[in-house]
Amino acid sequence: MTQTSSLGRNTALLAVFLLGIWVSASGLLGQISDHWDDIVYLSQQHVFLVATSGGAAILVGVPVGIWLSRPAMERHAETVMQVFNIGTTIPTLAVIALSMTFLGIGFPPAFFGLFVASLLPIVRNTYAGLLAVPSHLKEAATGMGMTQTQILWRVELPNALYVIFSGVRTALAINVGTTPLAFLIGGGGLGELIFTGIDLMDPGMLLAGAVPTALLAVLVDFLMGQAQLRLIPKGVNPLR
Amino acid sequence: MIRLEDLTKTFETPNGVVVAADKVNMEVPTGEICILLGPSGCGKTTALKMINRLIQPTSGKIYINGEDTSKLNDIEHRRKIGYVIQQIGLFPNMTIEENICVVPKLLGWDMKKARTRAAELLDLVGLDAKQFLKRYPKELSGGQQQRVGVIRALAADPPVMLMDEPFGAIDPINREIIQDEFLKMQAELKKTIMFVSHDIDEAVKMGDKVAIFRAGRIEQYDSPDQILAHPANPFVADFVGADRTLKRLRLVSAEEVADADAPVAARSAKVADLSQRLSSAGARIAVIIDSDHHPVGYVTLDEIAGATGSVAEFAHPLPATVPIRADLRAVVSEMFAHDTMWLACTDDTGRYAGVVSQPAVTAALRATYTDADAA
Repeated sequence: MTQTSSLGRNTALLAVFLLGIWVSASGLLGQISDHWDDIVYLSQQHVFLVATSGGAAILVGVPVGIWLSRPAMERHAETVMQVFNIGTTIPTLAVIALSMTFLGIGFPPAFFGLFVASLLPIVRNTYAGLLAVPSHLKEAATGMGMTQTQILWRVELPNALYVIFSGVRTALAINVGTTPLAFLIGGGGLGELIFTGIDLMDPGMLLAGAVPTALLAVLVDFLMGQAQLRLIPKGVNPLR
Repeated sequence: MIRLEDLTKTFETPNGVVVAADKVNMEVPTGEICILLGPSGCGKTTALKMINRLIQPTSGKIYINGEDTSKLNDIEHRRKIGYVIQQIGLFPNMTIEENICVVPKLLGWDMKKARTRAAELLDLVGLDAKQFLKRYPKELSGGQQQRVGVIRALAADPPVMLMDEPFGAIDPINREIIQDEFLKMQAELKKTIMFVSHDIDEAVKMGDKVAIFRAGRIEQYDSPDQILAHPANPFVADFVGADRTLKRLRLVSAEEVADADAPVAARSAKVADLSQRLSSAGARIAVIIDSDHHPVGYVTLDEIAGATGSVAEFAHPLPATVPIRADLRAVVSEMFAHDTMWLACTDDTGRYAGVVSQPAVTAALRATYTDADAA
């Protein structure tokens, strides 16, 4: 698993590198750099959208996952998960379009659409990760006199952390890749350069949006991978 | 002391009410190990888990050191009881030190005190504290993990321990070693222990008392020797096995049946004197010892009768010797291996300590039956 993800990262880096060679050789680099001010401004917007919607998805998704994994929810959790699953089968573009119909245009519907798209992997992995904590660990913890809250914080969450982190990583990857669509409902971001570039048949402008988006996706995945490697305790981290 | 009074657990299932424990009454005296033994589904684990309320009893009372535990809060109650499970249950996210310190930390101990305690306990089971404290469970072997599992339960020095097939998942060789270590520890710590097992050999070895369960009831609650010698009913007899008399060999040490006054002779002794001594004592053999009192050989009366010279000239080498602390199973096994009717025993320093003979062994096994018949 480590191998495939590092392979994916290397391939992505290589692709970006080759793209760079081609871009500079074909004179596109000059055309891209014409848009430098736009790139900086829109990248900030893009990152802000990713950070807020992704952050909100983590803040909501993890607690929801925890809540679904509690014994009291045992009978309803699967039903709720099915609702979430159906939610993700709706294409993100449709979600964004739908959210525009009741939130108008601009930041709010973009934020909401991206939030919804990132939510499921986080909820699902938190829920599945907590359920996968071996029951004998919970039995030992209960038998030793831990309260339910102590078991959650000291035993369940640390042991599910790797799986939860994987969910967050997937969610952020989806989020960064979907954010260009936010432009379509006036949410800004690098999608502005991409879609306008397509409309104007201006490859320079198109790439000025696409290349930073790709770099951002690689960067986010890299940072998440590093965080996963370093933040998760050694005893429960298959990477260490 | 643990006392169970009419402890009952019933489960409602779609197929009707299942009784997992049916008015269990028993008492484990302070400092003793009581083994709950029985086939799977007999209610032994249910009985154990009701004591620390992982399973809530339907009715009945549990007293620990005379105190009715139903008045205590679950959490406080569990922190006073050491708990060891078959799957060990070390928390993989914590180091060995953190694992051992879980209960002390819950009880609000000073962290320094808890850490010192963790190091002490690791030493107690022969694991080097420096090397192991900062490791994670996955970096330890199964046997090492189970040792840590046991000392984790001992961390806050609880008077009572519950152990649910604690050595069940360990390979037979390591299991013997850990059982021996545990018994040695228990000899010092004198905890009151309830111990679930399905292995009669383990029960005989570890238990001061054994309770045999069937379908939620105690069929017999007695010392291992009594259960093996006098099973209360056909179920118990069947459960402990047709070879139950042989199993009792484990319960007796060579010391208890050895004849410490069996004739011995120095190498330089005169055979004429020895043969006279043997004839008058009615013995047929004598063990020869060297100047350090170590057994080195033997002579038989038949060969030395009427002969002259020193004992050393007639000596045969000893086929084997056994430590006097060994149990009779090991002794008899040596006898069979060497096709001999008797063996010389040695003490811890290798000095001669007596002779064990097959008739003495069988007499010891028979004694309990004749006692019972007489009574």
